[in-house]
Amino acid sequence: MARVEPAFKLKTANLSVFVLHINTTDMAQLKQELDERYRKTQGFFSNSPVVLDLSAIATCEATPDFSDLLSFMLDHGMRASGVIGGSDKQRSAAARSGLGLFTDPAFRSTVKPAPLPIASNENPAQESEPRKEGHSKSAAEKPVADKKIVADKKEEETQSGNSHFPGQSTGPAQPVFEPGSVSSTSMLIDKPVRTGQRIYAKGASLVVLAAVNAGSELIADGDIHIYAPLRGRAIAGANGNEKARIFTSLLEAELISIAGCFKVFENGIPENLRGKPVQAFLDGPNLVIRPLQD
Amino acid sequence: MAKVIVVTSGKGGVGKTTTSASFSSGLALRGNRTVVIDFDVGLRNLDLIMGCERRVVYDIINVINNEISLKQALIKDKNCDNLYILPASQTRDKDALSLDGVERILNELKETFDFIVCDSPAGIESGAFTAMYFADEALIVTNPEVSSVRDSDRILGILAAKSKRAVDGLDPVKEHLLITRYDPKRVEAGEMLSLTDIQEILRIPLIGVIPESESVLQASNAGTPAIHLEKSNVAEAYRDVVGRFMGEENLPIRFTTVEKKSFLQRLLGGR
Repeated sequence: MARVEPAFKLKTANLSVFVLHINTTDMAQLKQELDERYRKTQGFFSNSPVVLDLSAIATCEATPDFSDLLSFMLDHGMRASGVIGGSDKQRSAAARSGLGLFTDPAFRSTVKPAPLPIASNENPAQESEPRKEGHSKSAAEKPVADKKIVADKKEEETQSGNSHFPGQSTGPAQPVFEPGSVSSTSMLIDKPVRTGQRIYAKGASLVVLAAVNAGSELIADGDIHIYAPLRGRAIAGANGNEKARIFTSLLEAELISIAGCFKVFENGIPENLRGKPVQAFLDGPNLVIRPLQD
Repeated sequence: MAKVIVVTSGKGGVGKTTTSASFSSGLALRGNRTVVIDFDVGLRNLDLIMGCERRVVYDIINVINNEISLKQALIKDKNCDNLYILPASQTRDKDALSLDGVERILNELKETFDFIVCDSPAGIESGAFTAMYFADEALIVTNPEVSSVRDSDRILGILAAKSKRAVDGLDPVKEHLLITRYDPKRVEAGEMLSLTDIQEILRIPLIGVIPESESVLQASNAGTPAIHLEKSNVAEAYRDVVGRFMGEENLPIRFTTVEKKSFLQRLLGGR
C-alpha cells in the first residue's frame, strides 16, 4: 500500500526580501520621504513582503507607530511582515502590530548604534535599499537612455553646451552616493575597443590601454581612464555618480558623459584640447573638459 | 595541420573575392594544396572571377544537405594544379548555410588540403558570420576610405568576440590587414586615407597593399585571378602578400609611393 503524503512539510528556505532600513523615529518625515520616492513607481513592490530593520533606531527611546506605518506602506504596495533589530520595547510593539520577529539577524550580526540625530538626518530615511533599486534601474534604463540622447540632443544642445540625459535628472529619484563608493574595483581592457562594441564596468571604474575607436561605447559607474586615443563614446558615473571623471591621453571622442550630463563635439574638438591629454569632470551642472597639463 | 583563412571586410565591393581568388591561387602556385570556398550564397561571384562558372554543377548547399559527396562539388582550377573551388549556390539564401554543415565540410577538407580559404560575403549577417566562425586566420580587406575602415573595425570586433576560437577560449584568430585599391597619388592629394591613418585606427599587422589598377577589372571580366597577370603591380603585390603569409619577413611593402614615370614611359604612355 502506498504511503500517504503528509498534509504539510516544514522546511527552511533562504528567500531574498526587501529590507527597509529605518533611520529615523520621525514618522512624518519617513512617510513623506517614502511617498516622494515611491509614489511614482506604484507597481514596483506589488505586495512584496518587506522587513523593517530597526538597528539604526535601537537606542532611541521613541517607538514608531507600527500599525499606522504598516497601513501607509501597504498603500505603496509594501507588505511589512517583520522586524530585525531594534530595542526590546520597539520589538514588542512591532509584535503587537502583527509583525514577525527575526530573532537572529544573520546578515546583521552586530546592532549598529543610532549614529544620527533624529531631526537633522540628511540621508533619505531608507538608505541602502533605494540605492539598490537605483542601481538596477539605471542599468536597465541604459539602452533607453542612449536612444534618448539622440532624440533629445539637438533640442538641449541649443540651450547650452551641456545637457542632461532625460530620466537621469536630479531630483528625489537620484540615488545618493557616498564618495568612493564605486571606485573600489576597476575593469581593465587591453585590446582595442572596436566599433559596435560596448563595454560596461558595472559598479567599477574602467581602465583602457588600447584605442577606443569611433562607434564604440565605454560605460562605467565609476571613472574612465583611457591611455590611448578616445574616438568613441565614454559615459562615466553611469548610475549617477557626479564625482566620476574621464581621463584620456587623446580626445577625439564622439560623446562624453558624466552622471547623465553629456557633451558632443559637432564642430570638432576645441583648439585648446586638440591632441592633448585631457580630463573631464562635473563642476556643478557643467561638464568641464581641461587639458591635464597647461 | 590545415589552416582555415577567412577573407572578410564588412563592407562590400572592397575586393574580397578578387583577393580570395588571387590569394588562393598564390598559395597553390607555391605548391600548397588549397581550396577556396565561396560563402556568398545567393550572390555567387567567385566562380566568375576564377573563370569556372560554366563548370559549376553542384554547390556547397548540396554538400551541406548531403545530396552529393564533397568531391563531386569541388571544381579543379584551370590555372593551378593544387587549387580547387567549392562554389556557392546561386538559387538559395544564406540561411541554408548551417554551422554544423560547414564544420563538417571544413573537417573533411582539412584531411586533404593545406589551406582552406573562405570568401566571405559582405555584411555582418549570418553568411559573413558562418564564413568567419571557424577561421584560424583572417585577411581583413580594407579600402583607404573611412566607411571601409569603420566596417573593418566592426568585423575585427566580431572576430575577437564571436569566432569559434574566441568562444572556445583558444588563441585568438590571427588578423592580417590587407589594403586594396590603394592609390598613392590620391593619398598624396589628401583624397584617400594613408597607410598610417588606417593602421592607426585598426592596429593590426599589415600583410600587404594592393595598388588601384584598371587591370583588376579586366582580369575579373576575363575570369583570370589578378595574380596571373603579366607585368602587373597588382599581381606582384598579391605575390608579396602570399610570400609574407608564408613567413617571408623581409619583403618590403611596395607600390605605396607615387612613381615618377621616366621620359620613355611617358612617351610610350604605358601603365
